[in-house]
Amino acid sequence: MSPSPALQLQEVHKSFGPTPIIRGVTLDVVAGERHAVIGPNGAGKSTLFNIVSGRFPPTRGTVRLKGTDITGQPPFEINRRGLSRSFQVTNIFPRLSVHENVRCSVLWSLRYRYSLWHRVDRLRDVEDRTERILAQINLSARQDVPAGVLTYAEQRALEIGITIAGGADVILLDEPTAGMSHSETEYAVELIRGLSGGKTLVIVEHDMGVVFNLADRISVLVYGEIIATDTPDRIRANRAVQDAYLGTEHH
Amino acid sequence: MMDGRPSAAVSVPLAGVAARRGRRAWPWLLAAAGLCVLPLVPGLDSNFVRSLVSQMGIAAVFALSFNMLLGQTGLLSFGHAVYFGLGGYVAIHGMRLINAGLPIPIPLVPLFGAAGGLFFGVLIGSVTTKRAGTVFAMITLGLGELVVAASLMLTRFFGGEEGITANRTRAPHLFGLTFASQLEVYYLIAFWAFLSVALMSAFTRTPLGRMCNAVRDNPERAEFVGYNPQRVRLLAFAVSAMFAGVAGGLHAVNYEIVAAEALGAARSGAVLLMAFVGGIGSFFGPILGAMVITWLQVSLSDYTTAWQLYFGILFIIIVLFAPGGLAWLIALHLPLARARMLHTVLPGYLAALAPALVMVLGGSLLLEINYRLATKPELGTRMSLFWVAMDVSRPWPWIAGLAMLAGGFYAFRRSWALVAAGWHAASERMREDGAP
Ligand SMILES: Nc1ncnc2c1ncn2[C@@H]1O[C@H](COP(=O)(O)OP(=O)(O)OP(=O)(O)O)[C@@H](O)[C@H]1O
Ligand SMILES: [Mg+2]
Repeated sequence: MSPSPALQLQEVHKSFGPTPIIRGVTLDVVAGERHAVIGPNGAGKSTLFNIVSGRFPPTRGTVRLKGTDITGQPPFEINRRGLSRSFQVTNIFPRLSVHENVRCSVLWSLRYRYSLWHRVDRLRDVEDRTERILAQINLSARQDVPAGVLTYAEQRALEIGITIAGGADVILLDEPTAGMSHSETEYAVELIRGLSGGKTLVIVEHDMGVVFNLADRISVLVYGEIIATDTPDRIRANRAVQDAYLGTEHH
Repeated sequence: MMDGRPSAAVSVPLAGVAARRGRRAWPWLLAAAGLCVLPLVPGLDSNFVRSLVSQMGIAAVFALSFNMLLGQTGLLSFGHAVYFGLGGYVAIHGMRLINAGLPIPIPLVPLFGAAGGLFFGVLIGSVTTKRAGTVFAMITLGLGELVVAASLMLTRFFGGEEGITANRTRAPHLFGLTFASQLEVYYLIAFWAFLSVALMSAFTRTPLGRMCNAVRDNPERAEFVGYNPQRVRLLAFAVSAMFAGVAGGLHAVNYEIVAAEALGAARSGAVLLMAFVGGIGSFFGPILGAMVITWLQVSLSDYTTAWQLYFGILFIIIVLFAPGGLAWLIALHLPLARARMLHTVLPGYLAALAPALVMVLGGSLLLEINYRLATKPELGTRMSLFWVAMDVSRPWPWIAGLAMLAGGFYAFRRSWALVAAGWHAASERMREDGAP
């Protein structure tokens, strides 16, 4: 028997009021793969991430993480089971320093939880991991600055840093490179490629260069339905995908 | 551990750690030494000063516990005196048990307060901390009223209007301490206040303490890094209530009585005032606020019955013009002090101070006249204010008050230019000095 997929969505539906947004998504993400989700604006990509990460429950259907049913669980439970996500709209702790932003995400995973017995700035393991993440996202020099005053690109980098700092093995990134310059995007892609070794990555991305460069498999979400899941080459060649989505960009 | 040669890549982040740690022991040692010798210093060795500083210590613990919620966790409580009062009641009942023969020395009574505060903090907090923001504030307001109402009904525990009394001298005497003198009580309060402040300061550097800030800033994101914001809030609430209970326990030892006012809305309002006046953005701000407000409470209430009115005005002025409180004002001047440039801004301040005093004098003259006429009409129109006898049926006192208020305000506004000029000069000089 093959190991259970990292993520398994079965017939997931989501409606906001009477409006169906996710209309029956069934998807397996294999452990260790880099999986891209693409689709036009408003297709429901972020909504799908919100369901998987516990921001809100699906109207119908089940979500499994590494074999365990996590449907409707709160975000912190899902995070503790090893899933971490980033946000399309930067979602950081603006008044805390950059260093502290990353550290917040390290604490639970190193089992310090709600501890009242540790001095947080004397924890070697916390400090080490925080410094390492800061170096990875190129923010070591800015670590004592309040996160709220970072530039947009720096905040996007921090967003990724917070997401990966907890050491989760399933990582969802929602448009991590949106708004970045060309060189910043290149750096971010290398960072993502580097950190995803041994981890499962699901990434929503509009930049097709990034998608075809990074992804092992691609799912195409259109109007709340996945119309195709396949390797990059075959997605490029897929008629339905071309018609529905890639049409304008195809060459 | 390290093999001799730290590379630049290692030493740079470590330097950052050192900067972030940057906490020294000497201010604490200095404070401890100061508390020890203060009541013995000639001139300050009166029971009045000892009692005043004791009250300041109690207020400081209470205000810091309040700011653990507001400043650190982002929870505005309108009913924080509930935990002060309930802690105080548990402590006073503990003292009664001691009076009846329970073999516990008086210095441990604040622990009763801590236990009481913690117990009710967990009990009530498990309801209130389900939500943050406005809903939380509203619930604390309602619960505050509820507890006050309950205290008037459950007279066996709360003692009704008169409250519950106990005797701190009828207890096992540890090291010969009888607590019959204000000096011994002072040392008891100073010890517990110092310990509480140190523990609350340590709390800010624990994983839980840091996550309180994270939940204050962005509870949603905290959920996605593994933390349950409701749990963080509840724990902060419980710890905060525990320290409020310690303050209540000290209050019980100090006064040997706890009555319904200990948990009432006025005290909840006062602690909010202390925190804001001192500054909710810094750890030590509320201590400053507690000291200033306690001092004003004690001294103003000797001179005027309208002191709460002045507190209201002070509160509005602080919130409008110095939202960071006294701590912020001090922090503003620290760079100047370090650069030895305070003298550049001082003339402006002095120029502003004189008209400000005239303005305040005029304003309070008008206030006092009105207050006296409204609250004690039977005493007639002759009165003595600011050591001057006057008859307010004549126009002159009113004209004098108005003239001082308006003239003072006018001159005060004009003096701002001088203050601004002083600051301008100082920052110019600092920029020049700072340039390489
Ligand atoms: N909380 C919500 N309440 C109501 N409608 C919502 C909510 N969240 C998303 N929607 C709607 O669901 C649809 C899908 O939104 P979603 O953000 O998932 O799209 P997306 O594929 O991520 O688009 P984009 O590429 O622009 O980010 C949109 O029409 C959006 O308005
Ligand atoms: Mg989206």
